[in-house]
Amino acid sequence: MSVTVKLPTQLRDAAGGRSAAIVEGDTVGEVLGALYEQHAELRERLADPAGELRRFVNVYLGGEDIRFLDGLGTTVPDGAEVTILPAVAGGG
Amino acid sequence: MPADALKCKECQTRYPLGARYVCERCFGPLEVSYDTLDSGPEQLKRRIQVGPHTLWRYADFLPLLETPRPVLPTGWTPLVRADRLAQRLGLEEVWVKNETANPTHSFKDRVVSVALARAQELGFDTVACASTGNLANAVAAHAAAAGLPSYVFIPADLEPEKILATGAYGGTVVGVRGNYDDVNRLCTELSGDRPWAFVNVNLRPYYAEGSKTLAYETAEQLGWELPDRVVAPVASGSLFTKVARGFEDFIEAGLVSGTVPTMNGAQAAGCSPVATAFAAGRDVCKPVKPDTIAKSLAIGNPADGPYAIELARRTSGGIEAVTDDEIRAGIRLLAETTGIFTETAGGVTTAVLAKLAARGAIDPAERVVVYITGDGLKTIETVRGTFEVAEIDPTVSAFEAAVTEPVAA
Repeated sequence: MSVTVKLPTQLRDAAGGRSAAIVEGDTVGEVLGALYEQHAELRERLADPAGELRRFVNVYLGGEDIRFLDGLGTTVPDGAEVTILPAVAGGG
Repeated sequence: MPADALKCKECQTRYPLGARYVCERCFGPLEVSYDTLDSGPEQLKRRIQVGPHTLWRYADFLPLLETPRPVLPTGWTPLVRADRLAQRLGLEEVWVKNETANPTHSFKDRVVSVALARAQELGFDTVACASTGNLANAVAAHAAAAGLPSYVFIPADLEPEKILATGAYGGTVVGVRGNYDDVNRLCTELSGDRPWAFVNVNLRPYYAEGSKTLAYETAEQLGWELPDRVVAPVASGSLFTKVARGFEDFIEAGLVSGTVPTMNGAQAAGCSPVATAFAAGRDVCKPVKPDTIAKSLAIGNPADGPYAIELARRTSGGIEAVTDDEIRAGIRLLAETTGIFTETAGGVTTAVLAKLAARGAIDPAERVVVYITGDGLKTIETVRGTFEVAEIDPTVSAFEAAVTEPVAA
């Protein structure tokens, strides 16, 4: 399954300046794993040592927060768009 | 007080004082860090007391290079002793910080004042925000006063009063089909590529500092003393945590003595990710889809949720949730005992105060301060149908037939 991962500006220097990556994976977890294979530095930025997403990282599949879906186990359809964004924005 | 860096609250990495809000190493939130004060308490107090009757009297504690010329004077709102409210609740000393007295009738004028001033120092010439309504009003108004274009993003189904009172100032208003969290996500994406000051995204560390002035004013208005307990609304958790930080600043500066008050946060049951996590003993807030009349608190994915929970625990406080019916009753209770008509967020706060009092969680001798953050005229539809209007012919007999007058004692 080919998936586009959109990266926020804060991560682009760790991804060779790119704003998106094309990776393969059947679940969000696999997609992120494939992203870390392409850009090793992203693993440490996004995940804690146990492999869980850090608490201020939001991941969206087609605009929906994956915590409303099945988290890292959420199935990703072919051609889908996964967006990574910082969680700390906003307030009233 | 000179700000010296932006610092990550999670991993302590330091960054220059620019337009950034998230740590590039761990995605944690950035916060303004300050040099130690070089003035003693008496000197500081004098500077504050001769300052303007706006939030800029606390410039020593705010992250601006120079004290800005206020374009829309904000802050120094009344702290009202609410004896009739206290009596109804079986308490002795309750104070209401009446934030409806700000220029656009909510506490958001404070955070926008600071963010806009910092945006101008950083050379931005356009301001923007993601808003549940009050912030929209404030950004549109302060931008207009400063002569800057503004882009305000709101959920399309917001209360009409808040949409109208935003568009009135002439900026660009964008209604997004979705909830606040969708609006916030969109603005987070937009802020990456546009040269705009999104006050609560890329300017968020400065913006958040504005809420500290709620605590500074309260302490000064109490005669340089601290409350024992605070009840304040929790949406993103930013106001709640910054109010406590404000009290800490004054304690550290030697301006007041004592400890940070017991902090009680207030949420609507229809959007209570922080109260739910607190009750479950967790420190991570599971996001929710909001469904409440308290739209200004309808943030399902609260950025400062973990810190709000940590603060409530540390001060032996808590985070409570109240239903829409309790919110309506809270609006009524505050109005009929203090003469202050609050929007739904203040109904949430008042209802949580009433709930804590009824449960015996508050020692009657405590000095309690309640933050009423916005005006009832902004959510006026909420009170429709909660009272009757007697419609009569213009005759004395019609009046006497329709209205029962109280018998004089």
